[in-house]
Amino acid sequence: MKNKVCATVEEALAGIGDGASVMFGGFGGAGFPYHLVAGLARLGVRNLTAISNNCGRGDGELSVLFRNVQIRRVVASFPGPDARDFQEQYAAGKVEVELVPQGTLCERMRAAAAGLPAFYTPVGVGTEIAAGKEERSFNGRRAILETALSADFALIRAQRADRLGNLMYRQAARNFNPIMASAARVTIVEVAEIVEVGALDPEHVMTPAIYVDRIVQVAGRGA
Amino acid sequence: MNKPRLTREQIAQRAALELPDGATVNLGWGIPNLIADRVPSGRTIYFHSENGILGMGPRAKPGEEDPDLVDAMKVPVTLIAGASFFSQLESHMMTRGGHLDVAVLGGLQVAENGDLANWKVPGAKGSGGIGGAMDIAVGARRLMVTMEHTAKDGSPKIVKRCAYPVTAIECVKTIVTDLALIDVTREGLVLREVAPGWTAEEVQQLTEPKLRVAGAVGAMLA
Repeated sequence: MKNKVCATVEEALAGIGDGASVMFGGFGGAGFPYHLVAGLARLGVRNLTAISNNCGRGDGELSVLFRNVQIRRVVASFPGPDARDFQEQYAAGKVEVELVPQGTLCERMRAAAAGLPAFYTPVGVGTEIAAGKEERSFNGRRAILETALSADFALIRAQRADRLGNLMYRQAARNFNPIMASAARVTIVEVAEIVEVGALDPEHVMTPAIYVDRIVQVAGRGA
Repeated sequence: MNKPRLTREQIAQRAALELPDGATVNLGWGIPNLIADRVPSGRTIYFHSENGILGMGPRAKPGEEDPDLVDAMKVPVTLIAGASFFSQLESHMMTRGGHLDVAVLGGLQVAENGDLANWKVPGAKGSGGIGGAMDIAVGARRLMVTMEHTAKDGSPKIVKRCAYPVTAIECVKTIVTDLALIDVTREGLVLREVAPGWTAEEVQQLTEPKLRVAGAVGAMLA
């Protein structure tokens, strides 16, 4: 069995190069992979495509990557008016944004994870979001076509992992992490605790190990 | 007309009266968020938060905040008995999939046919953002909008057609403002209640589409 446990954040991030597409878990600071993102900032890789609900919060979360001009394109649901570094980059024309309704963002990643190329949704019908998208009716209900969204890497946070990569999350820190774990080609997770194989009750595993590639234990939240 | 209108808290209080005991409810930011503290006593409401909580309780007390337990506004909260956690994906199965009994959102404009505009002001600086509003608006079994009746320049926010970018089409069922409670029906807007001291005619003057009156018009929070 491949060893997924990495000794350091740097080891966990190996192979992320310029131009990579990266999903970032977390919502409102809960479940945000602070240590991995700090590591990505130190790596200095550029021209990233970031997939995330927000684009930073005040100075924190993804803001450091915008301050460092490491992200050139964003697929997000709610970048955030208080994401100062992102908004500055956006105003200067240095970062492109694709805005996606939050549920559609989730479902596009799920489609990728599930091997489905596309799906129809009623969300966005009759709005700006529908521009350029095919529309059909099903039983008299209008829906627009949305496509799967995958990424090269997912940086996520969980509470506990076993050495195989089975994951458990804590409370509302779960949010985007499970979907991103399954939608990216390489999933890298920072956890508070790593336990031995067999220590996690199969009934309670929230993300099965099949989706997880690299695990690194970190101390504290890192916020 | 400079007569007193309902305050934001009173709009929330009137909207809270519409929530049935045991309902699953999602509250948007702004005035809807004030509803959480105004649920009539004796009713249990299961508040849904888009980041994966059903059974959200009151705000956490200072010193008892858990950064892993926050609501959609990133405020630390608590849970009530019977709560559950799930992912954002499952959260939006609940919103889009029509499982929530009630959602209450803020509004920039509501059209006669129930179109809602609340996510973008044209010409506003910045990238803008959508969040969960479109999913919530499309899927809620009963979508209520709480907002002021008129904009800062005095123009009606209840309009024949939305000029602002639309969030979702034909979705609003009830509008609660500082002047009125109005139902959106296939036959048009029906005025149910007006703010104390206001008449139906005065409210009509501040509303672009025609308001039907079915029987006696009540007074809000009377």
